[in-house]
Amino acid sequence: MSEAALHSTDGGSAGLAQAGMRVAGPRVDTTHGPILYLEGITVSFDGFKALNDLSLTIEDGELRCIIGPNGAGKTTMMDVITGKTRPDAGNAFFGQTIDLTQLTEAEIAHAGIGRKFQKPTVFERHTVFENLELAMKADKRVRATVHARVRRAELDRIAEVLMLIHLADEGDRLAGSLSHGQKQWLEIGMLLMQEPRLLLLDEPVAGMTDDETVRTAELCMSLAGRHSVVVVEHDMDFIARIARTVTVLHEGSVLAEGPMDVVQADPRVVEVYLGR
Amino acid sequence: MNAPLPRELSEQIRPAFQARRRALLTRGGWATFAVVAYVIFFLIPAMNLYVPASHPLHLSDYFVSVGGKIMCYAIVALAMDLIWGYAGILSLGHGLFFALGGYAMGMYLMRSIGTAGVYHSTLPDFMVFLDWKAYPWYWSFTDHFWYAALLVMLVPGVLAFVFGYFAFRSRIKGVYFSIITQALTYAFMLLFFRNDTGFGGNNGFTDFKEILGFPIATSKTRMALFATTGAVLLGTFLLGRYIVKSKLGRVLMAIRDAESRVMFCGYNPISYKLFIWTLSAVICGIAGALYVPQVGIINPSEMSPANSIEIAIWTAVGGRGTLIGPVLGAFIVNFAKSWFTVAFPEFWLFFLGLMFILVTLFLPQGVIGLLRRRQRDASAP
Repeated sequence: MSEAALHSTDGGSAGLAQAGMRVAGPRVDTTHGPILYLEGITVSFDGFKALNDLSLTIEDGELRCIIGPNGAGKTTMMDVITGKTRPDAGNAFFGQTIDLTQLTEAEIAHAGIGRKFQKPTVFERHTVFENLELAMKADKRVRATVHARVRRAELDRIAEVLMLIHLADEGDRLAGSLSHGQKQWLEIGMLLMQEPRLLLLDEPVAGMTDDETVRTAELCMSLAGRHSVVVVEHDMDFIARIARTVTVLHEGSVLAEGPMDVVQADPRVVEVYLGR
Repeated sequence: MNAPLPRELSEQIRPAFQARRRALLTRGGWATFAVVAYVIFFLIPAMNLYVPASHPLHLSDYFVSVGGKIMCYAIVALAMDLIWGYAGILSLGHGLFFALGGYAMGMYLMRSIGTAGVYHSTLPDFMVFLDWKAYPWYWSFTDHFWYAALLVMLVPGVLAFVFGYFAFRSRIKGVYFSIITQALTYAFMLLFFRNDTGFGGNNGFTDFKEILGFPIATSKTRMALFATTGAVLLGTFLLGRYIVKSKLGRVLMAIRDAESRVMFCGYNPISYKLFIWTLSAVICGIAGALYVPQVGIINPSEMSPANSIEIAIWTAVGGRGTLIGPVLGAFIVNFAKSWFTVAFPEFWLFFLGLMFILVTLFLPQGVIGLLRRRQRDASAP
């Protein structure tokens, strides 16, 4: 779905143009708990209910894993959160006040939700350092970039992210020469440079080696707390490694939710998903 | 997020940062720059004006005018590279902006003829011939040099801005954009061929007598135009260098490589493209204005689609995505043209096409790419 998603999300650029290009959105109000609040979301495609009365809350700083068989509605849920798909019914709030169903994709991105697609896209002919520099939260209008210089604090910020994504020694390398796994990390790093409150990671370990999967698990866990992270993944070893709370989707709604071992023992979950 | 950063980490990153934030040119680059400036501003003028014509080191006026002409082409190639090599937008209509700059300067030069024309009228000969009694409104004030100089930049700039705004907003990209620019220059060529348009029809403007009060055909005036062109070429090179070294340049290259990713990073690619596109057109206009007094004629054939394609070939031959490459490319192709059109005039276009095919197939980075590869091979053990 990554390719199709990239193209259809193109539609957001008109909104970007109006947003004035400064990465600053409305404040996210999480004083009363959850950072993401979905209630009774229903999405139908030609009568098929991709999401059926789905309700889900993500707490501020939480790391949440979402699993489910193909067609369970995982990607559609991501699409609803990022504004790519509008729900037929239900509410979607970011913090207390931001109604996600009313915003364009670009506005949602500026408000602080970052999404990583399955297929990594980085600027292949720029260095790792430059990739992060370009993604960095800053005034992104033409005039500001003519004289833009990387300040000390920004340099520290880039250094910090380089360390987080295990690329501290690769700053000078061209992004195109990185391994597949490293590109995935770099893309996560680029999302982090935009300082999102909520990170949506769609199959972050797809195509990674075992070693890279372990390191990605460490990365996800180190992000939790500073950011709220939602991971959609098929790789059960990876989920077991990072999961605190797991949500199982089935036929467009939540089938089970709780700690990994409890969910794994749930007979309904075993039947639809894990047992196979 | 506020956790103190280990100091050594920042120190570790800094070399990468500094390597990237290199000065405008390297020390060797500045030395080369100084040598080129010395040749343009001292050596060539001295060899042309003060070495007697009988002396073997004398440079002829012909050499100066050819050199000045090719420097104008080199400026155009630089402008082309900014938009094609760095932003990935292939324009096949840059000859139009060049010609419009040339026509704007040509209007001033026509007015400077005064009553010295064939018909001794204050109107240019072609208007007398058409039985016009007064200048059309758009010729107003063109007898003032500075107003004409303003038009040189404004006309290509405004046209490029308006055209670019609609094209980029409608997300016209790649080969479609190239074809539309090609059609644009063709449409303007047809317009300028018409006598009613008021720019001399297919003869265009010629028989210039004076520029800023100096007779236009003397050695000294020619040399002044040559040096001015050289100064503009060097200035354009430094400007281009400043842009591609800035964050703006890195955003442009990112747009070239992965435009939708740039949008996800929060940039609006349209305004970036529009900026570099308009700047490129203005630079072409200036080059055209320097070209016309040196070659002594401007006519609609400068707008022919083939001319614009040739500009792209200079850039590709030299090496796009580098700034020095297109300058070299303009010199190489045009010297080849000077020789070829004398030796085998009917085969020049075939040779040009062959050169383009060979470069595309075997030298995707152009001559500069070849030189760099040589250098790397030589330095490797």
